[in-house]
Amino acid sequence: MVKNTLNIGRISEGFVLDHIQAGKSMDIYKYLRLDKLDCCVAIIKNAKSNKMGKKDIIKIECPLEMIDLDILGFIDHNITVNIIENEKIVDKMSLKLPKKITNVIRCKNPRCITSIEQELDHVFILTDPEREEYRCKYCEEKYHRK
Amino acid sequence: MRHLMSPLDFSVEELDKLLDLANDIENNPAKYAHACAGKKLATLFYEPSTRTRLSHEAAMLNLGGSVLGFSSADSSSAAKGESVSDTIRTVACYADIVAMRHPKEGAPMVAAAHSSIPIINAGDGGHQHPTQTLTDLLTIRSLKGRLNNLTIGLCGDLKFGRTVHSLIQALVRYDNLNFVLISPEELRLPTYIRHDVLRRNNVPYKEVVRMEEALPDLDILYMTRVQKERFFNEEDYVRMKDFYILDKKKMELASKDMLVLHPLPRVNEISVEVDDDPRAVYFKQAKYGVYVRMALILTLLDIHVD
Repeated sequence: MVKNTLNIGRISEGFVLDHIQAGKSMDIYKYLRLDKLDCCVAIIKNAKSNKMGKKDIIKIECPLEMIDLDILGFIDHNITVNIIENEKIVDKMSLKLPKKITNVIRCKNPRCITSIEQELDHVFILTDPEREEYRCKYCEEKYHRK
Repeated sequence: MRHLMSPLDFSVEELDKLLDLANDIENNPAKYAHACAGKKLATLFYEPSTRTRLSHEAAMLNLGGSVLGFSSADSSSAAKGESVSDTIRTVACYADIVAMRHPKEGAPMVAAAHSSIPIINAGDGGHQHPTQTLTDLLTIRSLKGRLNNLTIGLCGDLKFGRTVHSLIQALVRYDNLNFVLISPEELRLPTYIRHDVLRRNNVPYKEVVRMEEALPDLDILYMTRVQKERFFNEEDYVRMKDFYILDKKKMELASKDMLVLHPLPRVNEISVEVDDDPRAVYFKQAKYGVYVRMALILTLLDIHVD
Protein backbone atom coordinates (compact mmCIF):
# COMPACT_ATOMS: atom_id res chain seq x y z
CA MET A 1 0.00 0.00 0.00
CA VAL A 2 1.29 3.45 -0.89
CA LYS A 3 1.05 5.86 2.02
CA ASN A 4 -0.29 9.32 1.35
CA THR A 5 2.89 11.06 2.57
CA LEU A 6 5.77 12.89 0.97
CA ASN A 7 9.16 11.43 1.72
CA ILE A 8 12.48 12.95 0.85
CA GLY A 9 15.59 10.92 1.55
CA ARG A 10 18.28 11.84 4.04
CA ILE A 11 21.22 13.84 2.84
CA SER A 12 24.75 12.87 3.73
CA GLU A 13 26.39 16.31 3.61
CA GLY A 14 24.77 19.69 3.24
CA PHE A 15 22.10 21.90 4.78
CA VAL A 16 18.50 21.74 5.83
CA LEU A 17 16.94 25.15 5.94
CA ASP A 18 13.93 24.90 8.20
CA HIS A 19 11.23 27.31 9.38
CA ILE A 20 11.18 29.22 6.13
CA GLN A 21 8.12 31.39 5.92
CA ALA A 22 5.59 29.53 3.75
CA GLY A 23 5.87 30.60 0.14
CA LYS A 24 9.36 32.09 0.46
CA SER A 25 11.40 29.03 -0.50
CA MET A 26 11.67 29.95 -4.18
CA ASP A 27 13.01 33.41 -3.23
CA ILE A 28 15.70 31.73 -1.17
CA TYR A 29 16.42 29.29 -3.99
CA LYS A 30 17.04 32.33 -6.17
CA TYR A 31 19.07 34.37 -3.62
CA LEU A 32 21.35 31.43 -2.84
CA ARG A 33 21.74 30.84 -6.59
CA LEU A 34 20.89 27.18 -6.14
CA ASP A 35 19.92 26.97 -9.80
CA LYS A 36 23.61 27.41 -10.61
CA LEU A 37 24.68 24.45 -8.45
CA ASP A 38 24.95 20.95 -9.78
CA CYS A 39 23.64 19.28 -6.65
CA CYS A 40 20.53 17.73 -5.23
CA VAL A 41 18.02 20.28 -3.90
CA ALA A 42 14.61 19.50 -2.46
CA ILE A 43 12.05 22.18 -1.85
CA ILE A 44 9.14 21.41 0.40
CA LYS A 45 6.36 23.94 0.34
CA ASN A 46 3.63 24.41 2.91
CA ALA A 47 4.78 21.69 5.27
CA LYS A 48 2.84 21.44 8.54
CA SER A 49 4.46 23.30 11.44
CA ASN A 50 3.35 23.51 15.06
CA LYS A 51 5.13 26.83 15.46
CA MET A 52 4.24 28.50 12.18
CA GLY A 53 1.12 26.71 10.96
CA LYS A 54 2.84 25.99 7.69
CA LYS A 55 6.38 26.48 6.54
CA ASP A 56 8.77 25.80 3.69
CA ILE A 57 11.90 23.65 3.95
CA ILE A 58 14.88 23.40 1.61
CA LYS A 59 17.31 20.49 1.67
CA ILE A 60 20.57 20.97 -0.15
CA GLU A 61 23.06 18.18 -0.64
CA CYS A 62 26.43 19.75 -1.28
CA PRO A 63 29.86 20.29 0.29
CA LEU A 64 29.49 22.75 3.20
CA GLU A 65 31.78 25.38 1.75
CA MET A 66 29.82 25.65 -1.47
CA ILE A 67 27.12 27.97 -0.20
CA ASP A 68 27.40 31.40 1.37
CA LEU A 69 24.60 31.46 3.90
CA ASP A 70 25.23 34.99 5.16
CA ILE A 71 22.54 36.26 2.88
CA LEU A 72 19.92 34.20 4.72
CA GLY A 73 20.28 36.54 7.67
CA PHE A 74 19.20 39.36 5.39
CA ILE A 75 16.26 37.45 3.94
CA ASP A 76 14.86 36.09 7.19
CA HIS A 77 16.88 35.57 10.35
CA ASN A 78 14.20 33.24 11.78
CA ILE A 79 15.24 30.48 9.40
CA THR A 80 16.90 27.55 11.14
CA VAL A 81 20.01 26.29 9.39
CA ASN A 82 20.87 22.68 10.17
CA ILE A 83 24.28 21.55 9.07
CA ILE A 84 24.41 17.93 8.05
CA GLU A 85 27.43 15.66 8.00
CA ASN A 86 27.29 11.88 7.74
CA GLU A 87 23.49 12.09 7.59
CA LYS A 88 23.34 13.74 11.03
CA ILE A 89 22.72 17.27 12.22
CA VAL A 90 26.12 18.36 13.52
CA ASP A 91 25.42 22.03 14.06
CA LYS A 92 22.70 24.65 14.00
CA MET A 93 23.79 27.98 12.65
CA SER A 94 22.40 31.20 14.09
CA LEU A 95 21.78 33.83 11.48
CA LYS A 96 22.93 37.39 11.74
CA LEU A 97 22.25 40.35 9.53
CA PRO A 98 25.20 40.57 7.14
CA LYS A 99 27.06 43.89 7.33
CA LYS A 100 27.30 44.08 3.56
CA ILE A 101 25.42 42.41 0.75
CA THR A 102 26.72 42.37 -2.77
CA ASN A 103 24.69 41.75 -5.93
CA VAL A 104 21.73 40.29 -4.13
CA ILE A 105 19.39 43.25 -4.28
CA ARG A 106 19.57 46.08 -6.77
CA CYS A 107 19.44 49.79 -6.13
CA LYS A 108 16.16 51.14 -7.47
CA ASN A 109 17.18 54.79 -7.38
CA PRO A 110 17.24 55.93 -11.03
CA ARG A 111 19.70 58.67 -10.09
CA CYS A 112 22.21 56.19 -8.63
CA ILE A 113 25.49 55.55 -10.47
CA THR A 114 24.69 51.82 -10.38
CA SER A 115 22.01 52.53 -13.01
CA ILE A 116 24.61 53.38 -15.66
CA GLU A 117 28.12 52.27 -14.67
CA GLN A 118 29.09 49.04 -16.42
CA GLU A 119 29.73 45.99 -14.25
CA LEU A 120 29.44 47.91 -11.02
CA ASP A 121 28.48 45.72 -8.07
CA HIS A 122 25.24 46.59 -6.30
CA VAL A 123 26.41 46.86 -2.71
CA PHE A 124 24.18 47.52 0.30
CA ILE A 125 25.50 48.32 3.77
CA LEU A 126 23.72 47.58 7.05
CA THR A 127 23.26 51.10 8.44
CA ASP A 128 20.85 50.40 11.28
CA PRO A 129 20.87 46.87 12.73
CA GLU A 130 17.97 47.66 15.08
CA ARG A 131 15.67 48.56 12.24
CA GLU A 132 17.34 46.10 9.88
CA GLU A 133 17.99 48.96 7.51
CA TYR A 134 20.22 48.67 4.47
CA ARG A 135 21.36 51.53 2.27
CA CYS A 136 23.04 51.58 -1.12
CA LYS A 137 26.77 52.11 -0.70
CA TYR A 138 26.80 54.71 -3.47
CA CYS A 139 23.65 56.83 -3.23
CA GLU A 140 22.59 55.85 0.34
CA GLU A 141 19.06 55.13 -0.85
CA LYS A 142 17.25 52.92 1.65
CA TYR A 143 16.30 49.43 0.55
CA HIS A 144 12.58 48.85 1.00
CA ARG A 145 11.60 45.28 1.62
CA LYS A 146 8.51 44.10 -0.22
CA MET B 1 45.66 59.08 0.29
CA ARG B 2 42.35 60.70 1.16
CA HIS B 3 39.31 61.68 -0.84
CA LEU B 4 36.40 63.92 0.11
CA MET B 5 33.05 62.23 -0.49
CA SER B 6 30.90 63.55 2.34
CA PRO B 7 31.25 66.42 4.83
CA LEU B 8 31.40 63.81 7.57
CA ASP B 9 34.63 62.36 6.16
CA PHE B 10 36.46 64.79 8.43
CA SER B 11 36.25 64.49 12.21
CA VAL B 12 35.47 67.67 14.17
CA GLU B 13 39.17 68.01 15.01
CA GLU B 14 40.22 67.57 11.37
CA LEU B 15 37.57 70.04 10.35
CA ASP B 16 38.85 72.59 12.86
CA LYS B 17 42.33 72.20 11.40
CA LEU B 18 41.01 72.62 7.85
CA LEU B 19 39.04 75.75 8.78
CA ASP B 20 42.08 77.16 10.63
CA LEU B 21 44.13 76.62 7.49
CA ALA B 22 41.45 78.34 5.38
CA ASN B 23 41.53 81.33 7.73
CA ASP B 24 45.34 81.47 7.52
CA ILE B 25 45.07 81.44 3.72
CA GLU B 26 42.55 84.27 3.92
CA ASN B 27 44.91 86.32 6.08
CA ASN B 28 48.17 85.44 4.31
CA PRO B 29 47.39 84.70 0.66
CA ALA B 30 50.96 85.41 -0.50
CA LYS B 31 52.32 82.65 1.74
CA TYR B 32 50.32 80.07 -0.24
CA ALA B 33 50.67 81.60 -3.72
CA HIS B 34 53.10 78.94 -4.97
CA ALA B 35 52.20 76.03 -2.68
CA CYS B 36 50.85 73.94 -5.57
CA ALA B 37 53.31 75.01 -8.27
CA GLY B 38 53.62 72.20 -10.79
CA LYS B 39 50.41 70.50 -9.60
CA LYS B 40 47.32 70.10 -11.75
CA LEU B 41 43.65 70.00 -10.78
CA ALA B 42 41.30 68.22 -13.20
CA THR B 43 37.73 69.50 -12.99
CA LEU B 44 35.50 66.74 -14.36
CA PHE B 45 32.06 68.30 -14.56
CA TYR B 46 29.54 65.96 -16.13
CA GLU B 47 26.86 68.59 -15.61
CA PRO B 48 27.25 72.34 -15.68
CA SER B 49 27.91 74.19 -12.46
CA THR B 50 29.74 77.39 -13.17
CA ARG B 51 30.13 78.47 -9.57
CA THR B 52 31.46 75.22 -8.14
CA ARG B 53 33.79 74.62 -11.05
CA LEU B 54 35.19 78.14 -11.07
CA SER B 55 35.72 78.19 -7.32
CA HIS B 56 37.72 74.95 -7.48
CA GLU B 57 39.72 76.30 -10.41
CA ALA B 58 40.27 79.64 -8.67
CA ALA B 59 41.43 77.78 -5.57
CA MET B 60 44.05 75.82 -7.53
CA LEU B 61 45.19 78.88 -9.48
CA ASN B 62 45.53 80.87 -6.23
CA LEU B 63 47.84 78.12 -5.00
CA GLY B 64 50.05 78.46 -8.08
CA GLY B 65 48.82 75.25 -9.69
CA SER B 66 47.10 74.78 -13.01
CA VAL B 67 43.77 73.34 -14.12
CA LEU B 68 42.35 71.22 -16.91
CA GLY B 69 39.01 69.51 -17.44
CA PHE B 70 35.58 69.64 -19.03
CA SER B 71 32.37 71.34 -18.04
CA SER B 72 29.64 69.11 -19.43
CA ALA B 73 29.17 65.44 -20.27
CA ASP B 74 28.72 66.36 -23.96
CA SER B 75 32.30 67.54 -24.16
CA SER B 76 33.71 64.46 -22.41
CA SER B 77 34.22 60.83 -23.31
CA ALA B 78 31.08 60.04 -21.27
CA ALA B 79 29.18 61.04 -24.41
CA LYS B 80 30.88 58.07 -26.10
CA GLY B 81 29.77 55.80 -23.27
CA GLU B 82 32.97 55.63 -21.24
CA SER B 83 32.52 54.49 -17.65
CA VAL B 84 33.47 56.68 -14.70
CA SER B 85 36.06 54.11 -13.59
CA ASP B 86 37.82 54.16 -16.98
CA THR B 87 37.73 57.95 -17.19
CA ILE B 88 39.28 58.35 -13.76
CA ARG B 89 42.07 55.88 -14.39
CA THR B 90 43.00 57.87 -17.47
CA VAL B 91 42.70 61.30 -15.87
CA ALA B 92 44.89 60.15 -12.97
CA CYS B 93 47.70 59.94 -15.55
CA TYR B 94 47.27 63.65 -16.37
CA ALA B 95 46.50 65.38 -13.06
CA ASP B 96 47.34 65.35 -9.35
CA ILE B 97 43.85 65.86 -7.93
CA VAL B 98 40.29 65.76 -9.29
CA ALA B 99 37.12 67.71 -8.53
CA MET B 100 34.17 65.78 -9.93
CA ARG B 101 30.56 66.78 -10.39
CA HIS B 102 28.23 64.12 -11.73
CA PRO B 103 24.44 63.91 -12.04
CA LYS B 104 24.47 60.30 -10.81
CA GLU B 105 24.61 59.82 -7.06
CA GLY B 106 27.68 57.95 -5.87
CA ALA B 107 29.68 58.56 -9.07
CA PRO B 108 32.59 60.21 -7.18
CA MET B 109 32.73 57.17 -4.90
CA VAL B 110 33.16 54.93 -7.93
CA ALA B 111 35.89 57.29 -9.13
CA ALA B 112 37.62 57.19 -5.73
CA ALA B 113 37.62 53.39 -5.75
CA HIS B 114 39.60 53.38 -9.00
CA SER B 115 41.75 56.46 -8.56
CA SER B 116 45.39 56.80 -7.68
CA ILE B 117 44.92 60.53 -6.96
CA PRO B 118 42.58 62.31 -4.49
CA ILE B 119 38.98 62.89 -5.60
CA ILE B 120 36.84 65.77 -4.37
CA ASN B 121 33.11 65.23 -4.69
CA ALA B 122 31.94 68.52 -6.18
CA GLY B 123 28.30 67.41 -6.08
CA ASP B 124 26.64 64.14 -7.05
CA GLY B 125 22.99 64.56 -8.01
CA GLY B 126 20.81 65.22 -4.98
CA HIS B 127 23.16 63.29 -2.73
CA GLN B 128 26.20 65.15 -1.35
CA HIS B 129 27.91 68.47 -1.93
CA PRO B 130 30.60 68.47 0.76
CA THR B 131 32.60 71.49 -0.39
CA GLN B 132 29.46 73.62 -0.06
CA THR B 133 29.10 72.41 3.52
CA LEU B 134 32.74 73.23 4.24
CA THR B 135 32.10 76.69 2.78
CA ASP B 136 29.05 77.17 5.00
CA LEU B 137 30.92 76.06 8.11
CA LEU B 138 33.86 78.34 7.37
CA THR B 139 31.53 81.30 6.75
CA ILE B 140 29.64 80.76 10.00
CA ARG B 141 32.77 80.15 12.07
CA SER B 142 34.67 83.10 10.57
CA LEU B 143 31.84 85.61 10.93
CA LYS B 144 30.25 84.37 14.16
CA GLY B 145 33.43 83.12 15.77
CA ARG B 146 31.90 79.77 16.68
CA LEU B 147 29.99 76.75 15.45
CA ASN B 148 28.25 76.07 18.77
CA ASN B 149 25.60 78.01 20.73
CA LEU B 150 23.67 79.06 17.65
CA THR B 151 20.05 79.18 16.55
CA ILE B 152 20.00 78.39 12.87
CA GLY B 153 17.02 78.92 10.59
CA LEU B 154 16.94 76.91 7.38
CA CYS B 155 14.46 78.27 4.90
CA GLY B 156 12.96 77.18 1.60
CA ASP B 157 13.32 73.81 -0.04
CA LEU B 158 14.28 71.60 2.86
CA LYS B 159 13.07 68.47 1.11
CA PHE B 160 15.31 68.36 -1.95
CA GLY B 161 17.97 70.82 -0.75
CA ARG B 162 21.02 68.65 -0.27
CA THR B 163 23.06 71.60 1.04
CA VAL B 164 20.64 71.84 3.94
CA HIS B 165 20.82 68.10 4.67
CA SER B 166 24.61 68.09 4.62
CA LEU B 167 24.85 71.24 6.74
CA ILE B 168 22.58 69.78 9.41
CA GLN B 169 24.58 66.54 9.48
CA ALA B 170 27.81 68.47 9.88
CA LEU B 171 26.48 70.89 12.52
CA VAL B 172 24.85 68.40 14.88
CA ARG B 173 28.37 67.46 16.00
CA TYR B 174 28.64 70.82 17.77
CA ASP B 175 27.10 71.73 21.14
CA ASN B 176 24.01 73.69 21.99
CA LEU B 177 22.46 74.26 18.60
CA ASN B 178 18.82 74.95 17.81
CA PHE B 179 17.31 74.56 14.38
CA VAL B 180 14.26 76.31 13.04
CA LEU B 181 13.02 74.61 9.89
CA ILE B 182 11.10 77.07 7.75
CA SER B 183 9.33 75.48 4.79
CA PRO B 184 5.95 74.90 3.19
CA GLU B 185 4.36 71.56 4.08
CA GLU B 186 5.31 70.09 0.67
CA LEU B 187 9.01 70.88 1.09
CA ARG B 188 9.52 69.81 4.72
CA LEU B 189 12.82 68.30 5.82
CA PRO B 190 12.69 64.54 5.11
CA THR B 191 11.72 62.34 8.05
CA TYR B 192 15.02 60.50 8.04
CA ILE B 193 16.94 63.72 8.71
CA ARG B 194 14.51 64.83 11.41
CA HIS B 195 14.52 61.45 13.15
CA ASP B 196 17.92 59.92 12.39
CA VAL B 197 19.97 63.09 12.58
CA LEU B 198 18.22 65.68 14.76
CA ARG B 199 16.30 63.51 17.24
CA ARG B 200 18.98 60.87 17.52
CA ASN B 201 21.51 63.56 18.45
CA ASN B 202 19.04 65.27 20.82
CA VAL B 203 19.21 68.49 18.84
CA PRO B 204 16.15 70.67 19.45
CA TYR B 205 14.26 71.91 16.40
CA LYS B 206 10.94 73.40 15.49
CA GLU B 207 9.14 73.56 12.19
CA VAL B 208 7.36 76.70 11.05
CA VAL B 209 5.74 77.77 7.82
CA ARG B 210 5.99 81.55 8.21
CA MET B 211 9.45 83.05 8.00
CA GLU B 212 8.37 86.13 10.01
CA GLU B 213 7.64 83.95 13.01
CA ALA B 214 11.18 82.59 13.12
CA LEU B 215 13.27 85.65 12.23
CA PRO B 216 13.57 87.38 15.64
CA ASP B 217 15.22 84.34 17.26
CA LEU B 218 17.82 83.50 14.64
CA ASP B 219 21.61 83.87 14.68
CA ILE B 220 21.86 82.46 11.16
CA LEU B 221 19.28 82.41 8.37
CA TYR B 222 20.26 79.95 5.65
CA MET B 223 18.14 80.61 2.57
CA THR B 224 17.81 78.11 -0.26
CA ARG B 225 16.51 78.22 -3.79
CA VAL B 226 13.61 76.06 -4.87
CA GLN B 227 15.42 74.07 -7.56
CA LYS B 228 13.49 73.54 -10.75
CA GLU B 229 15.57 70.50 -11.68
CA ARG B 230 14.42 68.61 -8.57
CA PHE B 231 10.74 68.77 -9.57
CA PHE B 232 9.11 66.31 -11.92
CA ASN B 233 6.12 68.56 -12.33
CA GLU B 234 6.32 72.15 -13.63
CA GLU B 235 3.07 73.07 -11.87
CA ASP B 236 4.45 72.16 -8.42
CA TYR B 237 7.61 74.14 -9.11
CA VAL B 238 5.71 77.27 -10.12
CA ARG B 239 3.55 77.02 -7.00
CA MET B 240 6.56 76.67 -4.67
CA LYS B 241 9.16 78.96 -6.15
CA ASP B 242 7.86 82.23 -4.72
CA PHE B 243 6.83 80.89 -1.33
CA TYR B 244 9.56 82.79 0.54
CA ILE B 245 11.03 86.11 -0.43
CA LEU B 246 13.37 87.78 2.03
CA ASP B 247 13.12 91.55 1.71
CA LYS B 248 14.09 94.66 3.69
CA LYS B 249 10.85 94.65 5.63
CA LYS B 250 11.36 91.11 6.87
CA MET B 251 15.00 91.87 7.70
CA GLU B 252 13.70 94.48 10.19
CA LEU B 253 12.30 91.59 12.25
CA ALA B 254 15.72 89.98 12.58
CA SER B 255 18.35 90.77 15.19
CA LYS B 256 21.10 93.21 14.23
CA ASP B 257 23.75 90.50 14.12
CA MET B 258 21.83 87.76 12.35
CA LEU B 259 23.67 86.56 9.24
CA VAL B 260 21.96 85.64 5.97
CA LEU B 261 23.65 82.83 4.05
CA HIS B 262 22.71 81.34 0.70
CA PRO B 263 24.58 78.69 -1.31
CA LEU B 264 23.80 80.65 -4.51
CA PRO B 265 22.68 80.99 -7.22
CA ARG B 266 19.81 83.06 -5.93
CA VAL B 267 16.71 83.47 -8.06
CA ASN B 268 14.21 85.66 -6.29
CA GLU B 269 14.11 84.27 -2.75
CA ILE B 270 16.28 87.15 -1.55
CA SER B 271 15.31 90.53 -2.86
CA VAL B 272 18.30 92.47 -4.26
CA GLU B 273 17.48 95.29 -1.84
CA VAL B 274 18.82 93.04 0.95
CA ASP B 275 22.25 92.80 -0.71
CA ASP B 276 23.45 96.07 0.85
CA ASP B 277 22.47 95.00 4.35
CA PRO B 278 25.70 94.18 6.25
CA ARG B 279 23.98 91.03 7.55
CA ALA B 280 23.74 89.65 3.99
CA VAL B 281 26.93 87.62 3.70
CA TYR B 282 26.20 85.33 0.74
CA PHE B 283 28.77 86.95 -1.52
CA LYS B 284 31.37 86.78 1.25
CA GLN B 285 30.34 83.15 1.55
CA ALA B 286 31.34 82.61 -2.10
CA LYS B 287 34.77 83.99 -1.24
CA TYR B 288 35.08 81.67 1.75
CA GLY B 289 34.26 78.88 -0.71
CA VAL B 290 37.55 79.54 -2.48
CA TYR B 291 39.58 79.68 0.77
CA VAL B 292 38.13 76.44 2.04
CA ARG B 293 38.75 74.69 -1.30
CA MET B 294 42.35 75.94 -1.20
CA ALA B 295 42.70 74.45 2.27
CA LEU B 296 41.10 71.24 1.05
CA ILE B 297 43.41 70.88 -1.95
CA LEU B 298 46.46 71.40 0.29
CA THR B 299 45.14 68.90 2.83
CA LEU B 300 44.32 66.19 0.28
CA LEU B 301 47.63 66.67 -1.50
CA ASP B 302 49.34 66.61 1.91
CA ILE B 303 51.18 69.86 1.19
CA HIS B 304 52.33 71.82 4.22
CA VAL B 305 53.34 75.48 4.06
CA ASP B 306 55.47 76.85 6.88
